[in-house]
Order: sequence, then structure tokens, then C-alpha cells
Amino acid sequence: MLGSSVPDHALIRARGLVKRFGEFTAVDGIDFELGRGEAFGFLGPNGAGKSSTMRMIGCVSPPTAGELTILGMDPVADGSAIRARLGVVPQEDTLDVELTVRENLLVYGRYFGLARSVIAERAARLLEFVQLSERATDQVEPLSGGLKRRLTIARSLINDPEILLLDEPTTGLDPQARHAVWDRLFRLKQQGVTLVLTTHYMDEAEQLCDRLVVMDAGKIAAEGSPRTLIERYSTPEVLELRFDPDEHEQAAEKLADVPAQRQEVLADRVLLYVTDGDAALATVRGLGLQPRTSLVRRSTLEDVFLRLTGRRLED
Amino acid sequence: MSADAAAPGGNGRGAGGPGAGGLAGPGPGWSMALREFRFWLTDYRRTWRGSIYSGVLNPVLFLGALGLGLGSLVNHHGSARLGGVSYLVFLAPGLLAATAMQTAMGESTFPVFGSVKWNKTYQAAVASPLRPRDVFHGHLLFVTFRLTMNCTLFLAVAAILGGIRSGWALLALPVAVLTGLAFATPLEAWAVTRSRETSFSLIFRFGMIPLFLFSGIFYPVGQLPAWLQPVAYATPLWHGVALCRDLTLGSAQPGSALLHVAYLAAVAVAGLAAGQRSYRRRLYV
Amino acid sequence: MSSTREAVSVRELPLRVVPVAALTRPWRNLGGRNSLYLVQRHARAYRHMWLVLLSGLGEPVFYLFSLGVGLGQLVGTVTGPAGTQVSYAQFVAPALLATSSMTGAMYDSTFNVFFRLKYAKLYDAVLSTPLRSGDVALGEITWALIRGALYAVAFLAVVVAMELARSPWAALALPAAVLTGFAFAAVGMAATTYMRSWQDFEFVTLVSMPLFLFSTTFYPLTVYPRALQVVVECTPLYQSVVLMRGFVLGVVGPGLLWHAAYLAVMGAAGLLVAGRRVSRLLLK
Repeated sequence: MLGSSVPDHALIRARGLVKRFGEFTAVDGIDFELGRGEAFGFLGPNGAGKSSTMRMIGCVSPPTAGELTILGMDPVADGSAIRARLGVVPQEDTLDVELTVRENLLVYGRYFGLARSVIAERAARLLEFVQLSERATDQVEPLSGGLKRRLTIARSLINDPEILLLDEPTTGLDPQARHAVWDRLFRLKQQGVTLVLTTHYMDEAEQLCDRLVVMDAGKIAAEGSPRTLIERYSTPEVLELRFDPDEHEQAAEKLADVPAQRQEVLADRVLLYVTDGDAALATVRGLGLQPRTSLVRRSTLEDVFLRLTGRRLED
Repeated sequence: MSADAAAPGGNGRGAGGPGAGGLAGPGPGWSMALREFRFWLTDYRRTWRGSIYSGVLNPVLFLGALGLGLGSLVNHHGSARLGGVSYLVFLAPGLLAATAMQTAMGESTFPVFGSVKWNKTYQAAVASPLRPRDVFHGHLLFVTFRLTMNCTLFLAVAAILGGIRSGWALLALPVAVLTGLAFATPLEAWAVTRSRETSFSLIFRFGMIPLFLFSGIFYPVGQLPAWLQPVAYATPLWHGVALCRDLTLGSAQPGSALLHVAYLAAVAVAGLAAGQRSYRRRLYV
Repeated sequence: MSSTREAVSVRELPLRVVPVAALTRPWRNLGGRNSLYLVQRHARAYRHMWLVLLSGLGEPVFYLFSLGVGLGQLVGTVTGPAGTQVSYAQFVAPALLATSSMTGAMYDSTFNVFFRLKYAKLYDAVLSTPLRSGDVALGEITWALIRGALYAVAFLAVVVAMELARSPWAALALPAAVLTGFAFAAVGMAATTYMRSWQDFEFVTLVSMPLFLFSTTFYPLTVYPRALQVVVECTPLYQSVVLMRGFVLGVVGPGLLWHAAYLAVMGAAGLLVAGRRVSRLLLK
């Protein structure tokens, strides 16, 4: 009867969630909710409180204050039962280097109390899924970062989780390895697995998330789908201008005369937020300014973040 | 040596000042090794205090428990088999050689392996004008320094407890250091080639422990079963124990002393040659 | 209990205020059945390192041969428990079982646990599954016990083969070895959770070395002056040595229960502290 106050689809629900470490407040009263089958992202720079939030959802970090329910349960009292239904890809790989690739899945599956026959069948399927079948009997340590990441993802799926938590799934990987990981995550999403991920890569958030929250300094600055966030907080196009270092300041002042919705002066560039980038560039040239390079591009989440926090994401 | 120990901090390997060789090629053999040695000394400044404590505490504990405690049983039963000396006097030189072996094994296994595998300081060193052999020699100099330190502390404790009977014991110090080097050079040559650290626990358990127990430290090798005696005589540790004992008892004979030294030196030099080869193979890949 | 949990998950009841106290209740940190999965993990990992596993067996046997046999001729007979005269090998053998149970358990629960805690991040992985911190502590200690029991069986076989056991009571040396392992593994693991770097392991040697040498392993208590005897009688390894010697030499009385109780209490206290500390370290 009390259940009626919670929407049926809410798999995770946080209200005024706070995490403090001593004097330091990592998560400062955030609210969010997510439903089955969603791909939900926490976007923010390092230190925004994303990982602390993920650890609370993963039931390995008791909240300091506020309310958190996961799968309808309390993460502190029912942590073990909740974790049985989660898959976790931590920020740093925690693969078992004393075991082979396949053994990592077998042993991890046992932690969930799964029958050996079930694990063996799933391990074979998951290694196939992350394209590691040929490396099944190899030691883990010499694997490349990308392969380790894929193995971690396979491992997190061994218990057929209802929610998959991914903390910075592709940080530190080369572009090719990142795309390989994204491809696997996209397939999982197609299969209806609920994804929760943190990232400080805007392209990752745009590729994978149906909905995301922008986090900064422990707080949520905005929430929505990547498209609505861009529509709400930025313009369709952005004109990026680079000047010679000694002309940079002067040029920025002159640019105030260009009709733009907003102007951002960064250390090395000036960004003009406009509806039509090419038209704006013509206006700039008309003012007699000679940028060394110019680029017209679509707005991204990076611009949203800049607008909301005044800082860049990946610095 | 103490002047080097007090050398200013920082990475002792630096790209090198005047006369360091640079592009003109490496300087005369051991001057390059000295840089690596200074690096290890700098590193050692973090832990030297603890090593002094254990350098004193180990001889106190072992000589106390075994030399005096167990010794009271042995002396009571009669020490004819020990050549008429008290058990403490018999045991002290044996444990001195064992200390050298243990120090050498400790310094030549994990630190070497870690420098290649964990910290990669060896790779960093050979990116400078240092050659693999300089890196190897530099670490051996450091092991020599640690051996000298631990063996001196041991001899001092043994002398205070009454385990030394002759002034010749002063010569037992270089002999103990040489015994340590006979373990250090081959072990380093091997340790640098390892890819997993489990090999070391095997060496400790199947190498160090049996040597410690069966090389005539606790009783004359003559007490061992006949088939085991030739094995004991073949080990470098026994030669170190025998010569240290002859010296601390003041009963060394030039002939046998020379034989012991020659044997230990041969092993150490063979290890040196092997190490120069294996360091090069591992660090120039 | 589990049916309630099922019902809750299906109905998706609203949240409660988080009872932080739940984490600090000691009994929550005593592990349960799930700890066996960690034991299974170790058993599998050691398939790749079976030689290391086997090598642990060699050490006490080497000591027994060297000291019992070689040194025995210099020592003659020794006064064992209750004034019995025994050979030196008979005197040393049970004590070596006690010391090897201690060092084996300490090694497993200090070096290995520290490596898994700080470097391999094994417990971070384990705690993202249904296992709890108490399961980690219990699993590690159980593994140390299983390994210790294997060694003890092998060593006892050697002792019996060398005709050093004087009574069928010697069979009880096996549970005594497990109890010794439990006491030292639990305290060792608790201590490890306070370690900051490898340098701190000097303390492990600083404690285990004197215990090894002075707990009447190599000579009877009567060698010491009375004041020192009292000190030795209070130390943990001494309890184990007395138990082992009593069983192997067949001098058994109710007094041995006190020594067993000492070790049991020590182990329980260590287990409790270890479970709490693991959760404090990893569940931040």
C-alpha cells in the first residue's frame, strides 16, 4: 500500500543523498530516479562526486544522509541481496591476476552462489560476447587495457544483473578500444539491460545515455536527455576561433560586437554560441579580425557543461 | 663509503656532470657503477633505521635463544664433539656466515626483481648513460655495503655476549662479506630474469632454509648422515662457516683458509660473469 | 527472512532512513557460508602455484631432521612435560608443529592478505558481489586453517614415521594445530588491516621471531630464570607448544584446556576486529 507512492519503473531512487568523508562533502544532496531499461549517465569532471555516488549505489559505501533505494531495498541493510542483482564495472579493474581469463568468470560467478554448470555456460557465452574466447586460458596480467576492460564487463554480467553500473568504462583506453567497449555496451542496451554509467567524456555520454545528470562539486547542475540538455543550455552551432597569443585579448574584446547568444573566452580560444556559425564567421571577418584558425561545429555536452559550471569537462 | 652515504639527495644517477662520459661513451668501469650505488644509498635512507634495529636484534635473539638457552643443554651434555668450546663460541661464527647469506638473499632477490618489474628503476637507469653492467655492479656495491654493515653488527653483538675468542675474528668480517657475495652475484643474475615473484619463496624455502640447517652452523657436519656430508661440503655456505669459525676460534690454517677463499671467490666471480650477461639481456630488449 | 526480502523487492517498498548503526554491529561482521566461495577462489588460484603450496611443507621437516637428528647427538635427552626424559627429536618435533602452524597462518594472513587488500584489490571485487566484509575475514582465516591442517597432517605423518610420537593422543595435535592457526591467522589479519606499507611488516617479524625462538621450542622452560619463565608462560605460542608436547608425548591432563581456551579467545577476538576493520577500510 505504501508502494503506490513510488512509480513502478523506479529501479533506483535517491532523495537528498549526501556522502561526506570527514570534513569533505563528496555528494551534496542529490535527487535522481531511474527506470528499467534506461541508460542513465552521470557526467562531470574528476572530483564531481560521480564515483562516490556509484559506490553508494553499489552498496559498498553507506550514505551519510538522505535516502536511497535500489530495487526497492535499503543498500545498508540489504546490501548483499541488492549486490546479488547488480553488475559492477569499477573505475579501476579489479581482475584477479592470479587466475586465467576464464577462471576470473568462474570464480566471480561462485561469489554469487551460482551453480558451476550455469557459470560455465554463461562464461563461454560472455567471453564470446566480449570477443575474448581465444584468450580464455591466458593469464590476465599481460592483457592490454582494452582487453582487461572487456573482461571486467564480461565478469560484471556473470550474474545476469538487472542493473549494470559502469564507473568511467573507457577512461585510459585508446580510441579503438573505446569503440570496442561502446559497441558492447550498446548491444547490452539493445538487450534491455539497465545501464548506469559515469563519464567525463561528453562523446561517451552522447553515445550511450538516454538520460543524464550533469554533476559538479557534488551537486546536480542539470538533468535531461543529451539532446534536450543541448537545446536548453546551448545554441545549435558553435564558432571556435583561435588567434595569435598576443592578439587573443584584443580580439576577444572586438568580438563582443558580433551578435552571438553567448561568448566564452578560454585560455587558447574564443567560442561564440550562435544559430548560424558560417554567418557569424563572415561577420567576424567583416570586423577585420583575422583568426589563425576557425571551426564551425554543432553544440555538444561539453558546451552545456561550460555553460552550467563555467569550467571545461576534461581539464 | 660514509662520505658517499652522506652524498646529497636526489637520484644519484643523474645525466652526469663533467667527466661522466655522456656521448663520449661510458667512463671507466666502476665510476659508472658508483652512480647506481649512490641511487641505492639514497633509497636506503628511507629504511636504514629499521635495518639497524634488525641488524642488532637478530644476533641478540639468535645468540641468546640458541647460543645461551640451547647452549646450556649442549654444554651440560658435554662439548667434546664441538672441540671443547662452549656452544655459544661454536655457534657464533656459523650464524655470522648465515647472516651474510640471509642479507645477500634478501637484497638480491626482491629488490632486483622489483627494480625491473615494479618500479622500473632499472629501465630508467639504462635510459641514462649507464649500461646494464653498471646497474648490476652498482647494486652489488650496495649489497656489499649492507653485508659489511650487518656482519659488523653481528660480530659486535657476538663479542659482547662472549662468543668471540680471538683477534683473528676481525678477518672473519671480510670472509663473511665474501660469503654473502658468493650468494649475491649468482642470485642477482637469476633474479633479474624472473617474471613472477613466486620463484623467490621457492628459493628461500628450498635453498636458504636447508643451507641454514645443514651447513655445519648448529653442529659439525660430521654429525650428519654420511651421504649428506659431501653435499654440505660442496655448498658455499659451509666454506664460509668453516673459515669464519677457524678465524673466531683463532685456529685457521693458511692452506685450508686459502682453499675456502678460493672456492667462495670462484662462485662470486662466476655469478658476476653470469650477471653481466643476464642484465644485458634483460635490460637491452 | 529471505521470503520477506523477496516480497520487498517485488513490491518495491519506499525507502527507509539508512540505519548506519547496522554496519557497526559486530555480529554483522562475522562472516557466514558465503565465505566458502573465497576459499574456493584460493584453492583455484593455488592450482597455478602448487609448488609454493608444497614448499611450505618442507620447512618444519628440514628443521626436524637438522635439529632433532643432527643436534640431538649433542644434546642427549631432555626433560619433557611432567619430568619425562625424552630424546631431543621427540622434544623438538611437537614444538616445530606449533611454530610452523603459527608462521604458516601468519604468512597467509599478513603478507598475502595485505597484497590482496592493497595491490590485487581482490576484496574490492569480492565486495561488489553478495559477499560481506565478514565473509572476507572468515574466508581468509578458513583458508589459512585448511592450508595449515594439510601441513599438520603431513608433518604428523613424518613424526609418526620417525617413531617420535609416544601415544595415540598425538592425533589431537591436528586439531591443536588448527586452533593455533586460527588464533594467529585471526590476529595476523586484524593486524594487517592497520598496516600502511610493506615496511610495517618488520613488526610481524619483530613479533614472530622472538616467539619462535623463546617459546620453549628448543629447550625446556627451566632454562630460564623464574621471572622470564612467567613472561614466556603468558605468550601465545607457548600455549600451543605445551598443547602439542602434551599430545605428542602422551602427557595429557585437564590443564591443557586452559591453553586451548587461551588460543580460542585470541582467535575470536582477532576475527571480530578483522571483520570490523575490513568493512571500515573497504566500505567507505
